[in-house]
Amino acid sequence: MAVSDMPSPQTAERPPVVNMFSIMVATKNGSGSQTANTALLRALFKMGIPVSGKNLFPSNIQGLPTWYTIRISADGFTARRPLSEIVVALNPATAMDDYKEVEKGGFYMYADDIKIEMNRTDISHYPIPAKSIPQKFEKDPKLRGYAANMVYVGALAHLLGINMDDLRSALMFHFKNKPKPVESNMQIIQASAEWAAQNLKKSDPFKVEPLNKTDGLIMIDGNTAGALGAIYGGFTFCAWYPITPATSLADALTAYAPRLRMDAETNTPTYSIIQAEDELAALGMVIGAGWAGARAMTSTSGPGISLMSEFAGYGYYAEIPAVVWDVQRMGPSTGLPTRVSQGDVLGTYYLGHGDSKHVILLPADPAECFEYGWKAFDLAEQLQTPVFVLSDLDIGMNQWMSKPFEYPDQPMNRGKVLDAKKLDELGGFARYKDIEGDGVGYRTLPGTAHPLAAYFTRGTGHTEKATYSEKPDDWMNNMARLGRKHETARAIVPQPAVDLVEGAEIAIISYGSAHPAVEETRWRLEKNHGVKASYLRIKALPLAESIKDFVAAHKRVYVAELNTDAQMYQLLRLHVGDLQNKLVAANWGDGLPLTARWMTKFIMDKEGAK
Amino acid sequence: MTAAPAKNVNSLGLPKADYKGLPTTLCAGCGHNSISDKIIDAAWDLGLKQEQVIKLSGIGCSSKSPAYFLGRSFGINTLHGRMPSVATGALIANHTLYGVGVSGDGDTGSIGMGQFKHMVRRNLRVVYIIENNGVYGLTKGQFSATADMGQEIKYTGRNELPPIDLCLEAIVAECGFVARSFAGDPKHVINLIKAALNYRGTAVLDIISPCVTFNDKDDSTKSYSWGKSHDERINDFSFVMTQDEIAIEQAEGETKAVELHDGTSIVLQKLAEGQHDPTDRMAAIKLLEDARAKQRFITGLIYINPNRPSLAEHEHLGSTPLSALPESKTRPSRESLEKVMAGMK
Repeated sequence: MAVSDMPSPQTAERPPVVNMFSIMVATKNGSGSQTANTALLRALFKMGIPVSGKNLFPSNIQGLPTWYTIRISADGFTARRPLSEIVVALNPATAMDDYKEVEKGGFYMYADDIKIEMNRTDISHYPIPAKSIPQKFEKDPKLRGYAANMVYVGALAHLLGINMDDLRSALMFHFKNKPKPVESNMQIIQASAEWAAQNLKKSDPFKVEPLNKTDGLIMIDGNTAGALGAIYGGFTFCAWYPITPATSLADALTAYAPRLRMDAETNTPTYSIIQAEDELAALGMVIGAGWAGARAMTSTSGPGISLMSEFAGYGYYAEIPAVVWDVQRMGPSTGLPTRVSQGDVLGTYYLGHGDSKHVILLPADPAECFEYGWKAFDLAEQLQTPVFVLSDLDIGMNQWMSKPFEYPDQPMNRGKVLDAKKLDELGGFARYKDIEGDGVGYRTLPGTAHPLAAYFTRGTGHTEKATYSEKPDDWMNNMARLGRKHETARAIVPQPAVDLVEGAEIAIISYGSAHPAVEETRWRLEKNHGVKASYLRIKALPLAESIKDFVAAHKRVYVAELNTDAQMYQLLRLHVGDLQNKLVAANWGDGLPLTARWMTKFIMDKEGAK
Repeated sequence: MTAAPAKNVNSLGLPKADYKGLPTTLCAGCGHNSISDKIIDAAWDLGLKQEQVIKLSGIGCSSKSPAYFLGRSFGINTLHGRMPSVATGALIANHTLYGVGVSGDGDTGSIGMGQFKHMVRRNLRVVYIIENNGVYGLTKGQFSATADMGQEIKYTGRNELPPIDLCLEAIVAECGFVARSFAGDPKHVINLIKAALNYRGTAVLDIISPCVTFNDKDDSTKSYSWGKSHDERINDFSFVMTQDEIAIEQAEGETKAVELHDGTSIVLQKLAEGQHDPTDRMAAIKLLEDARAKQRFITGLIYINPNRPSLAEHEHLGSTPLSALPESKTRPSRESLEKVMAGMK
């Protein structure tokens, strides 16, 4: 892994570096580089090499700088790395900064019309004809700009040894098997690879070689995964409002639902997706649909969560199932709308005025986005409450390698719903009566044809029979029951993933997209410093009881997360009580995914070098 | 009606008392109470199954009232100004239900204006009643956005801002059923509710409903005495059930029939010279502008257009409500997932 210690090109005789490096491509937003970058990524994936791609993009449609990093790791590490060995510079505006970003011993590939002073002797330099090759092959001047991106793909393919057939099938994937764009792009790629073979003298050690480490895997983003999860979870209603980085979740629902969710007998959709006028109305619609018996969901990000606050409290108190996806971005306020964060943990857990606390699921990758995509509906209907799924921009919008998603392993759990027949047997019901002691009452659905079915749902104080009440006892009893329900949730939400390492004095707790960097950190700690670290990954709120034992079993527990206020650390301190001084906040919030380099240094600075 | 119902019971064989709700907690004489009574009358008269009706409201005096009618219907008292979104979700989740929404002028005209207009724009099938009294009652008498310009109330002082006309807002947002009525005119209110319940989209009923505690002085356009002395009926119509062929025959030629849901119709009385034709949208807008300028208290069917598809139609919903679809219809097969996964390699 320690590529940074590599000698510079001048010391010659460098052993090849195979399948262990990163590429950063610097372009302009809207220039079409996304096609080139995802084609590179998928081609490497198809070669059997573990890869991860992260798009660092601006809040802009066209013109501002954007970067894409591809990490190639035979060991399977997928976290972001702070520097890249290979930098491809196509944007003159950032060319100088990008030049400085090249890891020692790496190479700088740049459009040959970029004129900056290049005086580094520790890296290789490769100018590429990003304009002249497209001019030769692409007649449409509008498409020439896009085609420029294929020039670096071709040159990289030659220098690194990327398989042309895999590039072609990656483009086939991107263009949904349309031959015309695939062939016109391949033409540029091939011409560029040939040009590179004749004109570039390779003076770097980097290459890729086929492996078999992606066999059986898929490559997908978390938002598509979440949407598929909802489709297989039987969502019947979605209301949403456009917001980065959550929009592509609703887009994926809109793309896949017509294929997967048409009623074959009637040829009508088994769902409705409505673009609301704002996030407030979106959750209002979801609450209405959940009340009426639909499996209803919305997807949003931080600013939308703020607008949903009042309805979230209403859903909690009136006890209406709903599923809310929050694909987190960096706040407060509009913040960094295209950058990642885990900054909505505290706010969403307590969303709404008064005493309210919510059930939250914390997926760490697309496979868990799929799983929680359907499970969230079961939990929401079982607990009769809004359930939040806190994903983030990194999981939601970037491409991740994943095992194929597992089909739901249990039938839908629609919760405690009484139909007309059951009402006949029972001779009536009290909506908010806690019969089983789990804090969850029985509900009926509007339209149930029984004279005793109806009840009145309200956000005001109410009795067990759902009638209006301002009596102190009624209020206290109801809140106590909601407390019991939260304890029920604690036991039935996904439990933490725990890796207790024998002899480990320290441990790490994390959640969500911090996971890949934590895994790599543990590997580095042990390999480079001889430090063993146990690991607990939180999958849901309320926090599991077992976390207390895990903390108790270690001297120090680092809480790794992506925000400024150490939000999960705060919740954990409340949760573990007397053990709280064992916890160390290891939070980082700059809008970029967590790196193992920072995390390892942070821990070793505290632990002392060993 | 096919057969004349027995006395004191409706076509379902139910007495009117069956359609009552809890006793009201609003002020004695409040216009809202008489509207609640008229909803009971209309539902009973139409022979609606209460279990097939959902009652919705926002927050405010008006929004308390759904507890006071149709006791066997499901009710949901939502957030201030946000009933339209909840109604949208509920009535798309189950589009076979009747929806009766009760709101106020504050709930609709101020905090809820955005949701109101978007609900109308989507043409959700719901009867949306605005119990309009020009004041906030529960917070003790502040002006609402429909209050008269220049009006004075002891607590709040003088209102310097022009009123918002909610019927005009509805028409501008493409509402296809817009009417104004007066809580002091029960017959008119019943007739409108019946027709509105059978309209295939959003039916907006702006019912002036005096607040006896804060805004019932004679010079207020939202008072009983103003309503009684200024009520100017712009047209008359009768609501006709499908089976009532005689009424339709009689109607033909003399009048104009507008077909509603399930073959029910509104039969407009022959328009006299200068009377308003509610099928003319521009005329409706002009009429409301004129009424606003001259402070005319017009009541009647202001605009009707039965041709816009409802939101449920727009969504191509099948006959089974989304909420009643079984798992076999809403969870695709294992094989389909394998196919999707194979495409991601």
